[in-house]
Amino acid sequence: MNDYVIEMLNITKEFPGIRANDDITLRLRRGEIHALLGENGAGKSTLMSVLFGLYQPEKGVIKKDGKIVRIKDPNDANALNIGMVHQHFKLVEVFTVLENIILGVEPQKMGFLEKKEARKRVVELSERYGLKIDPDAVIENISVGMQQRVEILKMLYRDNDILIFDEPTAVLTPQEIDELMHIMRSFAAEGKSILFITHKLNEIMAVADRCTVLRKGKCIGTVDVKDTDKTKLSRMMVGRDVEFVVSKDDARPEDTVLDVQNLTVPSKLHKNNAVKNVSFQVRAGEIVCLAGIEGNGQTEFVYALTGLERPSAGEITLKGEPIVRIAARREKQKASSLPKARTTLMPIRQRSKLGMSHIPEDRQKFGLVLDYTLEENLVLQRYWEPAFQKNGFIKKPAVRQYAEKLIKQYDIRSGQGPVTSARSMSGGNQQKAIVAREIDKNPDLLVAVQPTRGLDVGAIEYIHKQLVAARDNGKAVFLVSLELDEVMNVSDRILVMYEGEIVGEFDPKVTTVEELGLYMAGAKRQSAERTVH
Amino acid sequence: MRQTKRRSIHIPGGTSILASLISIGIGLVFGLILLVILNTKAAGGAFVSLVTTGFRSSDKFAKVLYQAAPLIMTGLSVGFAFKTGLFNIGATGQYTVGAAFALIGAIQFQLPWYVCVLLSLIGGAFWGVFPGLFKALFNVNEVITSIMFNWIAMFAVNLTINNLPMMLAKYWGGAQMDRTANLAQANPSALIPRLGLDTLMHSNYMNISIFIAVIFALIAWVILSKTTFGYELKACGYNRNASLYAGINAKRNIVFSMVIAGAFAGVGGGLYFLAGTGQYTLLKQLLAAGFNGIPVALLATSNPIGTIFSAFFVSYIQVGGDAMQPDFVKEIIDIIISVIIYLAAFALLTRELLSRSKMHREEEAESVASADAPAEKEEVSQS
Ligand SMILES: Nc1ncnc2c1ncn2[C@@H]1O[C@H](COP(=O)(O)OP(=O)(O)OP(=O)(O)O)[C@@H](O)[C@H]1O
Ligand SMILES: [Mg+2]
Repeated sequence: MNDYVIEMLNITKEFPGIRANDDITLRLRRGEIHALLGENGAGKSTLMSVLFGLYQPEKGVIKKDGKIVRIKDPNDANALNIGMVHQHFKLVEVFTVLENIILGVEPQKMGFLEKKEARKRVVELSERYGLKIDPDAVIENISVGMQQRVEILKMLYRDNDILIFDEPTAVLTPQEIDELMHIMRSFAAEGKSILFITHKLNEIMAVADRCTVLRKGKCIGTVDVKDTDKTKLSRMMVGRDVEFVVSKDDARPEDTVLDVQNLTVPSKLHKNNAVKNVSFQVRAGEIVCLAGIEGNGQTEFVYALTGLERPSAGEITLKGEPIVRIAARREKQKASSLPKARTTLMPIRQRSKLGMSHIPEDRQKFGLVLDYTLEENLVLQRYWEPAFQKNGFIKKPAVRQYAEKLIKQYDIRSGQGPVTSARSMSGGNQQKAIVAREIDKNPDLLVAVQPTRGLDVGAIEYIHKQLVAARDNGKAVFLVSLELDEVMNVSDRILVMYEGEIVGEFDPKVTTVEELGLYMAGAKRQSAERTVH
Repeated sequence: MRQTKRRSIHIPGGTSILASLISIGIGLVFGLILLVILNTKAAGGAFVSLVTTGFRSSDKFAKVLYQAAPLIMTGLSVGFAFKTGLFNIGATGQYTVGAAFALIGAIQFQLPWYVCVLLSLIGGAFWGVFPGLFKALFNVNEVITSIMFNWIAMFAVNLTINNLPMMLAKYWGGAQMDRTANLAQANPSALIPRLGLDTLMHSNYMNISIFIAVIFALIAWVILSKTTFGYELKACGYNRNASLYAGINAKRNIVFSMVIAGAFAGVGGGLYFLAGTGQYTLLKQLLAAGFNGIPVALLATSNPIGTIFSAFFVSYIQVGGDAMQPDFVKEIIDIIISVIIYLAAFALLTRELLSRSKMHREEEAESVASADAPAEKEEVSQS
C-alpha cells in the first residue's frame, strides 16, 4: 500500500518570462498536514493550481494513490476528491451560504431545486466540524471568516479528502486562525490530507507535520517540522537570516500631522454608525497603530480618512488644512448663532497632493488596475506629475525608468518586469507593488492598512524597516493592522478600536498582547480621559 | 470532456488579430450555409462574388473605401466608449445629428467642406453630452439614454430639415420632396475633395474621406495609449474603484468619453453625406451605419487601429453582397450580410463569454480560481 495519496513528480510550469515551477517534487502523505513555504512569487500558488487542474504542467506527472492521473481541469480534480480554498474567495456575493455551497452540484428533482436534503447535510457537516455558519445569510453580509468556512464546507460537501488551502490565514483574525488550525487538525485526524500555504512560520510550527520549501520556482527540500524551527525555515526559504523584530529607536514625535475630531461614519451594513465620535492625533515622527478585531469600524474609518466614503459628522485636519469638515445640522445652526459652518470634503487627488498616501486593505478592489501593466500601476498615483507627463502626454521612458527603480528596490518579482500584466503577478508581489508605490511617494502621512498582508517574512522585514525609516524621516505613519505581532513590533502608540469607538490607548513597550486582546474583545475599556503613557 | 480552451484576458496583439480572423471565417461559413439553403444553384457563384467583388475592379474598391470611412468613425465611437467601460449604442443618433449639422452648414449656410466636417464633429459631440451627463450625474444607464436620444435625434433632424425649405432637393430643382438637396447642385464647395482620386480609380465614390477617417483613428489611438487622459479613461473602464482610489475624476471622464465618442460618430455622418453621393432621406427609421459601428468595434476588440481594418472588412462584405443581385433579392442579401458581420463579431464575443462563464461555473462549482493565480490562463490546446 502506498504511503502517499498525492505525488507531484518533477513538475515544471512556465509562464512568459519565468519558470514558475522548476522540476518540483512534492509528496503528500495520507492524513498529514503538509505546509508549503516560499517567498512571494516562489511558485506555491502555481504548483497548487497545477494540482487542481487550473494549469497544465510542461513536464512532470501527478500520481494519486500511486497511479498516474491527468488533471485537465477542476472537474477532474473534483472527481479525484481534490478541493481547494483559494486565498481570494470565489463566492457569489448575492447568493446565500447554502446556495453557494451546493452551486454546481445542486440536488434536483425533475429539474427543480431540492434544497431540503442539501440543507440537512450542510447543517450536519457544519455541526460536525464546528464550522459555524448561517445557511440563509447572504454572502455579501457575512464576515471574511465565515466566508472562508463556507469555502471549506464547499469542499466537505463534495466529499473532498485532499484539501488545498492557499494562504487561508492571511485574511483571518487571530481568533479565527486558532479555530482554523483546530479544524485542520481534526480533518487530518480523520485521514484527510491537507496542503497548506502560509507565510506565517508560527502556524507551520503549530499544525504542520512536514514542510516543503520553494525558492524561485525550485524545490529546496522537505523537512519534518518537529526537527526544525522558525529560524531554520526562514533561512531555507530566503537564503539568509531574517530579523523578526525590527530594531528601532524611540520615536521623537514633532508637530501634529493628522488631527481627527469627533469623526462619525455611518455603516453600510447596519443602521448604527460604524465609527462613533472618534478623536485622536498622529504626529510627525511616530507610528500610530489602530488595532482591533476585523469589522469594528477600522475599514470605514480609513475610507472616511482617505476620501472613499463620506462621514456624517466630525473634522479631519491634515497638516493644518481641513480635509473633512461636516457642517452641523440646520436646527443646531439656528440655535447657536455661530457663523454658518460649511461642509468641506477634499477630493482624493487633493488629499494625495497635500501629502497623504494610502495602502488600501483590498489590493485588488482598490489598489490595482489588474488589466494594466506593472509599470502603469506603479504610477497610478503620480502619472499626472510633471516627471511622468508633459502636456498631457505620458513620458513612457520616465515611467519605465521609475518602475525599474521600484522593482529593484522593493524586489517585486514578475515574469516580464515592468510590462507584466498586474493580473498575472503573485499575490504577494501585487502587494509589494502597492506598498512600493505608496511609500515612494514620500508622503507626510502614510495610511497603511494591513501593509504586509500576504507577504513573506523577508518582505515583511523590509516593509517594516521602510515604515520605521519613514518615521525617522519625520513622517507620520498611521498603521491599521489585525496582526498583533505587527502591532506590537512596529508601532509607537496603539489605539484599540471596538465597535466603532476607541476604547484604549497603549504604549507597546508597556502593554502586553493579552491586555490588548481584552480591549479588542470589548471586555475592558479605558475611561473617557485616556491614560497617557 | 468539456472544451479546455481558455482565454487569456490580456490578449496580446497577435492572438487578438488571429481571433478576429477566425471569427470572420466563422461568419463567412455561416453566410455560405445560408446561401446554400436559400438558393442552392446560385449559391456558389454568389459566394464568389461576395468575397471577391471588392477587389475585382478599382471602382468597386473605391466603393469599399467610401463606405468604410463612416464605418471607421462609428466603430471608433463605440470602441472608444467601450474602453471607458461605457456602451455607446447611441452612435446612430450622434451620426444623424452630425450629418444634419454638416448638411445644414453646407446647404443652408453655404459653408466649405472642412467647416461642415467640423460642424458634424460638434453635432455628434453635442449629442454625446446627454448620455454622458445623465450617467455621470444621475447614474442613469447610458444604454437607456442613448436609445432614447437616437429617436430624439432622428425626429428632431427630420423636423428641422423639413422646416428649412432650402435644405430640400425640390428647392434646387430636384424632383423629390423627401430628401436633402444634391450637394453638387446646392454647394459644390461643400463636397469632400477628391484630389483626382476619382479619375484615378474611375469612381464617383472616391474622395479623401477614408484618409480623414484614418487620421481620426490615429488620433483615437494616440489619446488612448499616449496621454494621461487616455490612461484615466481606461483606468475607469477597467476598475472603477481603483480609479476612484487614485483620485481620478470618473464623472468628468464619463462625460468626456461620451462626448469624444459622439464626435467620432458625428464625423462619420458628415463624411458620408458630404461625399455628395448620398442624400439624407426623411424616413422614420434609424440609420444602420451607427449600429454597424458595434460589430466593427467588437471585431477590432476596440483597438482604434484594428477598427480601420474591421470597418474595411464590413464595407467589403457589403459591396460584395450587392453584387449577388439578382440571384438573391436585396432583403435577403441584407440578411446574409448582417448574419456574416454579426456572427463574426459575436464569434469573438461568445468566445469571451463562453470562457468567462465556463470559468465562472468552475469557480462556483468547485471554488476554483483566484485572483492570486488569476483568471489569466494560458491557451491550452484542445485535448
Ligand atoms: N497566469 C500567469 N501568467 C504569467 N505569469 C504568472 C501567472 N501566474 C503566476 N505567474 C508568475 O509565476 C510566478 C509564481 O507565481 P505564484 O502565484 O505561484 O507565486 P506564489 O508562490 O503563490 O507567491 P505569493 O506568496 O506572492 O502568493 C510569479 O512570478 C508570477 O508572476
Ligand atoms: Mg500565492
